Amino acid sequence: MIKTILGAVVLFVAIAFTAYLAFHYAPIEKTMGPIQKIFYLHLPSAFSSFIALGICFYANLRYVFTREAKWDWLGVSAAEVGLAFISVVLVTGPIWAHPVWGIWWTWDARLTLTFVLWLLYTAYLLLRTMLEEPDKRALFSSLFGIFAFLDVPLVYFSIRWWRTQHPQPVILGGPGSGLDPRMRVSYLLVWAAFTGLLILLLNGRYKLEAMRASVEELRREAEVR
Amino acid sequence: MALLSNSAVLLSKELRTEFRSRELLTTTVVFILTIVVLFSFTFDPSVTESRRFGPGLLWLTFLFAASLMLQPGFLREQNNDTLSALRLSVSDPFAIFLAKLTASAVFLLLTEMLMLPIFAVLYNVHILAVLPQLILVFFLGSLGVAIPGTAFSAISAQARMRELMLPVLLLPLLTPVLIASTEATAALLSENPQLRVDWLGFLAGFDVVFLTALWLFGEYLLEE
Amino acid sequence: MTSPSFSPTGIRFEKIDKRFGGLYALRRVSLDIAAGECVVFAGRNGSGKTTLLRIAARLSRPSSGTVSFVSSGANGETLPAAGFVAHATMVYDELTAEENLLLFAKLQRIADPAARADKLLKEVGLEDRRKSLVRTFSRGMRQRVAIARALLNEPAVILLDEPATGLDPQGVTWFAETLRGLRDSGRTLLMSLHGESEVSNLATRAIRLDAGAVVADTRTGANFRSILAFANA
Repeated sequence: MIKTILGAVVLFVAIAFTAYLAFHYAPIEKTMGPIQKIFYLHLPSAFSSFIALGICFYANLRYVFTREAKWDWLGVSAAEVGLAFISVVLVTGPIWAHPVWGIWWTWDARLTLTFVLWLLYTAYLLLRTMLEEPDKRALFSSLFGIFAFLDVPLVYFSIRWWRTQHPQPVILGGPGSGLDPRMRVSYLLVWAAFTGLLILLLNGRYKLEAMRASVEELRREAEVR
Repeated sequence: MALLSNSAVLLSKELRTEFRSRELLTTTVVFILTIVVLFSFTFDPSVTESRRFGPGLLWLTFLFAASLMLQPGFLREQNNDTLSALRLSVSDPFAIFLAKLTASAVFLLLTEMLMLPIFAVLYNVHILAVLPQLILVFFLGSLGVAIPGTAFSAISAQARMRELMLPVLLLPLLTPVLIASTEATAALLSENPQLRVDWLGFLAGFDVVFLTALWLFGEYLLEE
Repeated sequence: MTSPSFSPTGIRFEKIDKRFGGLYALRRVSLDIAAGECVVFAGRNGSGKTTLLRIAARLSRPSSGTVSFVSSGANGETLPAAGFVAHATMVYDELTAEENLLLFAKLQRIADPAARADKLLKEVGLEDRRKSLVRTFSRGMRQRVAIARALLNEPAVILLDEPATGLDPQGVTWFAETLRGLRDSGRTLLMSLHGESEVSNLATRAIRLDAGAVVADTRTGANFRSILAFANA
């Protein structure tokens, strides 16, 4: 308990610090202006979400082959946290796009992929609510999670090929070109902070799921008596 | 080989059952027809407009129809617990999946072939010249829909809200199939029809990936 | 039912656990069923009878423990799968009786499936209804198809999960007669029942399950009638 609170405090400070870096230390980007700073939120969220979904896939596989409940807990935690980060990506994208391009949304490859990912993992979580029996729920959502993850590269490639044939304004051209060293430092530190956030959230959600599982077990036993 | 022979026996049962009642086929055809007609009211079906929107509309409609048509796949087996009888009788549970996904792909393909001439007439597109190529696209696309669709119908059969869960699970996953099939179809219906082998290869790849996944994990979908 | 073409087979359950979520449907169940025994399982709903039978049928996998079929005449051949009859008929309503049997016979790679289906239709007395859809059958007739299906591969072991439910008295009598024939031919029978009846009287052994554990067994001296009498307590 103490460790978690301590971790949260440290993380809060870290993120506050990196936010300061992003807003005051890193220079304002030439062409886009201050709105570019949303990348400091947008990109690390995307990165963290990919890590989370990778963890979810791994947990799904482990569950199917070992049937140990803890892998199911990790899977749902990773999916939820991943979905949260994806939502951040989906919201910050249009917030950036509007002042820069004058439009809220465009079906460019990365945004579309992100949206499909959002739908897939929402489906994963929705499926879980529709399966009542814990073993079935864990098994079937793990199997769906595996299929969904296998789909991700296919979705990515199909959207990219499609978009290269029908070019659209690229929402996020990628900030890699000609990065001021102060920007680079800021990015790296924000990434580190977000990874810390990911771990903290995963840990918290995992513990919550473990508790929920034991409550459910107790309730079922009580019902039998 | 036991797997193929079992699949063939089951496939013939699936086909025979459906052709006896034809309820799945007729309902699906009517459904697709309704959507295709309704959609024609949303834009002026000139040749250029039809070429732009037609293929996407067609494939989107097939995806919706498929997610309804795939529903009974495993639901029917809950009747009288025939699924247990199948599990007891076959040596490899993958045979059950193979039979059902083939049957679904066949039914889907049949409805698509029935719809094509109607679509061609309503939307003023020429299909005769490219018919064999179109059939190839529809075949690979239908497989792409049927494979994960059959897997998920096993899942949704045990979930609540199953009529809605199947489309919710299936449709986002089928994004690549929608894109690839639409592009390939559009290319065939364009002014200079061409067969997009790259998209066809992609569809084939999609089919292989999910068939393999189903082969690896199918037995877990049938566990109790 | 007629000349046996199977090896008498016993069943061994070793420390079977079955968990559903956190709940134990079966706890450390260990049983030795000798070849040719006719065992009746009694117990309340939820005592684990169905679970145990489904595990024996290999429809369900135990969370831990093993179930094995023990056959004296095996010589390393694979033993045929057990026949399984449940309250659900496990046949297709939209196919005819004959089509159903042919389907399952072919799936089990039986040589000359048509002949086997034919033989079984005669044995269960459905020969004149073979071309009728199962949908049109009465409950008693459906159970006959179910039995025919279960016997297609001439199993040495037959598992029956409350199979007489919903049968009228004539149906129950027919059922008991059929089971008597199967028992007398040397097959091993395991059945779960709700109480005493013509069917339970065929048993040579009774076992009572409660909350997933074996609490009484006539082999270890418990009284046959009392096991069955408390079935619904």
